[in-house]
Amino acid sequence: MAFEGLAERLQGTLNKIRGKGKVSEADVKEMMREVRLALLEADVNFKVVKEFIAKVKERAIGQEVLQSLTPGQQVIKVVNEELTALMGGEQSKIAVSTKPPTVVMMVGLQGAGKTTTTGKLANYLRKKQNRQPLMVAADIYRPAAIKQLETLGKQLDMPVFSMGDKVSPVEIAKNAMDKAKEDHHDYVLIDTAGRLHVDEDLMKELEEIKELTKPDEILLVVDAMTGQDAVNVAESFNERLGITGVVLTKLDGDTRGGAALSVKAVTDTPIKFAGMGEKVDALEPFHPERMASRILGMGDVLTLIEKAQSSVDEEKAKELERKMRTNDLTFDDFLEQLNQVKSMGPLDELLNMMPGAGKMKGLKNVQVDDKQLGHIEAIVQSMTKAEKQDPSLLNASRRRRIAKGSGTSVQEVNRLIKQFGEMKKMMKQMSGMQKGKGKKKKGGFNLPFM
Amino acid sequence: MSFFKKLKEKITHQTDSVTEKFKDGLTKTRDSFVGKVNDLVKNYRKVDEEFFEELEDILISADVGVHTVMELIDELKDEARTRNISDAVDIQPVISEKLAELLQKSEEETKLNMQEDGLTVILFVGVNGVGKTTTIGKMAHKFKEDGKNVLLAAGDTFRAGAIEQLEVWGERVGVDVIKQHAGSDPAAVMFDAIQSAKSRNADILLCDTAGRLQNKVNLMKELEKVKKVITREIPDAPHEVLLVLDATTGQNAMSQAKTFGQATDVSGIVLTKLDGTAKGGIVLAIRHELDIPVKYVGLGEGMDDLQEFQADQYVHGLFADVLEKAEEAAGE
Ligand SMILES: Nc1nc2c(ncn2[C@@H]2O[C@H](COP(=O)(O)OP(=O)(O)OP(=O)(O)O)[C@@H](O)[C@H]2O)c(=O)[nH]1
Ligand SMILES: Nc1nc2c(ncn2[C@@H]2O[C@H](COP(=O)(O)OP(=O)(O)OP(=O)(O)O)[C@@H](O)[C@H]2O)c(=O)[nH]1
Ligand SMILES: [Mg+2]
Ligand SMILES: [Mg+2]
Repeated sequence: MAFEGLAERLQGTLNKIRGKGKVSEADVKEMMREVRLALLEADVNFKVVKEFIAKVKERAIGQEVLQSLTPGQQVIKVVNEELTALMGGEQSKIAVSTKPPTVVMMVGLQGAGKTTTTGKLANYLRKKQNRQPLMVAADIYRPAAIKQLETLGKQLDMPVFSMGDKVSPVEIAKNAMDKAKEDHHDYVLIDTAGRLHVDEDLMKELEEIKELTKPDEILLVVDAMTGQDAVNVAESFNERLGITGVVLTKLDGDTRGGAALSVKAVTDTPIKFAGMGEKVDALEPFHPERMASRILGMGDVLTLIEKAQSSVDEEKAKELERKMRTNDLTFDDFLEQLNQVKSMGPLDELLNMMPGAGKMKGLKNVQVDDKQLGHIEAIVQSMTKAEKQDPSLLNASRRRRIAKGSGTSVQEVNRLIKQFGEMKKMMKQMSGMQKGKGKKKKGGFNLPFM
Repeated sequence: MSFFKKLKEKITHQTDSVTEKFKDGLTKTRDSFVGKVNDLVKNYRKVDEEFFEELEDILISADVGVHTVMELIDELKDEARTRNISDAVDIQPVISEKLAELLQKSEEETKLNMQEDGLTVILFVGVNGVGKTTTIGKMAHKFKEDGKNVLLAAGDTFRAGAIEQLEVWGERVGVDVIKQHAGSDPAAVMFDAIQSAKSRNADILLCDTAGRLQNKVNLMKELEKVKKVITREIPDAPHEVLLVLDATTGQNAMSQAKTFGQATDVSGIVLTKLDGTAKGGIVLAIRHELDIPVKYVGLGEGMDDLQEFQADQYVHGLFADVLEKAEEAAGE
C-alpha cells in the first residue's frame, strides 16, 4: 500500500458528491475521515490528529466547505491553512548571547543526527554569520563519537574541543567554556551523547550540563522519520530541559515527516533547521508551509521550484516558460531540459518532490545518466527539424529511420517520444504552479480533480 | 489451556535473563501503551464500536500503520462475531493471538541461515543512524561467545568516524576488522574482507555498510554492487541480508523495507532501540505486506543487548499488564 496524498484520498468522496451536486454534513464527515487517515499515514501523532480534525471540521461545517462549489479544494485549503498555522512561522535564527560566547546544546535520541548537525551548524554559523564556533565533543559513550566530531572538524578546518572519553561530559563542558573564552570563540556548540528520554541518569547529566553552561539554545534533534513516539520524546526532553528549538534531520528522505507537526504541537518551540543530507553543508532553514504540504502528500512543490530556479539560467528559463505556456516545446528543449535536470541532482529526488509525479510512470523510469543522455542526444539529432518541433509527425517509418540513424532501437525512440510527452505535461504543470503562486493565493497546487 | 496460560508458561520456561531483558526493555513502553489498553478493558466492558475505535488508536500509537490496523480490526470484529465474544476481557487473547500469529509463523524463521561448514556472510543494510554498526558489534560478541571465528568488514567508508566506530567494537569484542581508508570503494573493502575471511578460515563475516536513505538511487545502486561483489566471490553469499530498522521509525519503515528489499533481497529485520518507549509496530505491517520476518531485536547500547526475536514475547511485552488483569478477571 503506497501512501496516498490527501488529494487522491479525497477523490473517492468527491466523485460521490459530484453525482449529488450538493455536499452534506455526512460528506464532510467522510472527508474528515480521509484527512485523518492521511495525517496518520504521515506519522502525525494520533492525539494531535484528533485535535486537528476537530478544528478543521468546525470550519468545514461552518459553511466554508458546505457551500463551496469545489469542496475538495476547500477542504484541502482549510486543512493546509490550519496545518500551516500549527506549524508556525519561519524562525531559522540561532540565538545570540549579549555575553559571548553563545552556548548551543544539541540533545536527542540515539542516531538522530546530533553530531552531524553540530558540524553543519558550525559550518553554517561561519559561512552565513561569520562566526567562530568551538565544537565540543561531550559524547563519551558512543564508540568513536569523539573521533566522528573531530573528523568533521578536520573536514571543516574548525576546532573541536575534546578531553577523551575518561572525563565526565559535565567536566568537558566546563573546560570547553573556559577554552572558548580564552580563544575568543563567539559560539560553543556542545554535541551530547544520544540518550533515551526515559534514561534517568543520562537526562540528569544533561540537566547538569545545562546548569553549568547556561545555554542560550537547546536544540532537540529529531529524525524526520520518527513515528508516533515523537510526542513522548519531545515532551520529555522539553520538560527536563526546556528546549528552545528543534532541528529536523533526514528530510532529504521520502518520509512525510508528520513528526514535525507532533513535535511542534507538544513543545510549541520552532523547528529551526532542516537536515537535508549527510554532508556538512546540508543544513537549510525550515519552511513550515512547505512542510504542511509535504505532510499532506502534495509534494514539496516550492522546494522543487526553488531548486529548479537556482540551477536554471535566468534567460533560458524565461524562454522556456514562454514555450511551456504556448506549449511549443521541442525536442531540442527536451535535451536542454534533461541536461539541466541533471545538474539539479538526481531526477528521482526531484520527482519525489513533485505532486502527482508518481502517476507519470514514463517519467519515473528516466534515469538521467551520461550514457542515456548520449543516446537521447543521438536520437534527437537524427530527427529532422520538422520532427523536432512536431512529434506527431513521428510515424512508424520515421521512428525506424531515426533508430537506425542514431544507432539505437525503435523501442528506445518510442520511449523517448513518450517521455517527451510526459515532460511536456510536467512542465505545463510546473508552469501552472509557478503562475498560481504569484497571482492568487490559492495554494497553487494543480490537483487533477479541481 | 487458555492462551494466557500458554503464553505465560512458555515465557517462564524461557531463560530468565532473556525474558527479563525483553520485559525490562518493554516495561517503559508499557506504561503508556498497556495503560491505555488497560483503561480500555476497564472502561469498556463490552466489545462495541467504541471499543474498536479505541483499540484502533492504541495500535496506531504503536506505529502499526493505518492500513494494517484497519484490516486487523476488521478481522477482530469478525472473530468477535463468530466466537460470540461480547466481553472486552475475552477479546484480549484474540488480539494477542492474532498479533503473535502475524509476526511469527514458526520459530524456525527467526533463525539465521548459518553455514554448517565454511563461511557465513551477513550483510547489514539500512538508513542512517538506525544501529547497523552497533548491531554488528553485538552480534559479533554473541558469535564469539559461541566460540566462532568472527571477522568484521568496515564497509562504511563514508561517514565520519564510521571505521573507527567499528574498530572500537572489534576491540571490545575481540575480533578483527578488515578495513581500508576512509573514502575508499566499499565494494573493494568487501572483496578484501572475503579474501581475508577465506584465508583465515573465519566462520562468520559481518559486513557493515554506510547508512543511506532508500530514495537515493545512486547509493542504492552502490549497495547492490557491494552485494554483487560478495556473491561473485561466494555464490550463495550473503547468506543473510539484515535490514536494521529503528523502532522509533514510523510509516517510512515500510518504504525502507520495500526499497532495501528490492535492492538487496532482505532476508530478515533487526529491530533496534526497543529499550525506548517506541514499539516499532510497523514490523507488523511489514510482515503482513512484505513477509519479512524480524530476527533480532536491539534492547540497548551494550554488547549483550541483542536478543533473538520472539513474537509472543514481543506481544506479551506490549500486553503484559492487560494479560495479567484479564487472567485475574477470568479467575474470579
Ligand atoms: N540523509 C541524511 N542523513 C543524516 C542527516 N543528518 C544526519 N544524518 C546521518 O544520520 C546518521 C546519524 O548521525 P549522527 O550525527 O551520528 O547522529 P547522532 O545523533 O550524533 O548519533 P548518536 O551520537 O549515536 O546519538 C549518520 O549516518 C549521519 O550521516 C540528514 O539530514 N540527512
Ligand atoms: N538505546 C539503544 N540505542 C541503540 C541501539 N542500537 C544502536 N543504538 C545507538 O544508536 C546510535 C546509532 O547507532 P549506529 O550503530 O552508529 O547506527 P548505524 O546504523 O551504524 O548508523 P550510520 O552508520 O551512521 O548509518 C548509537 O548511539 C548507538 O549506540 C539499541 O538497541 N538501543
Ligand atoms: Mg553523536
Ligand atoms: Mg554505521
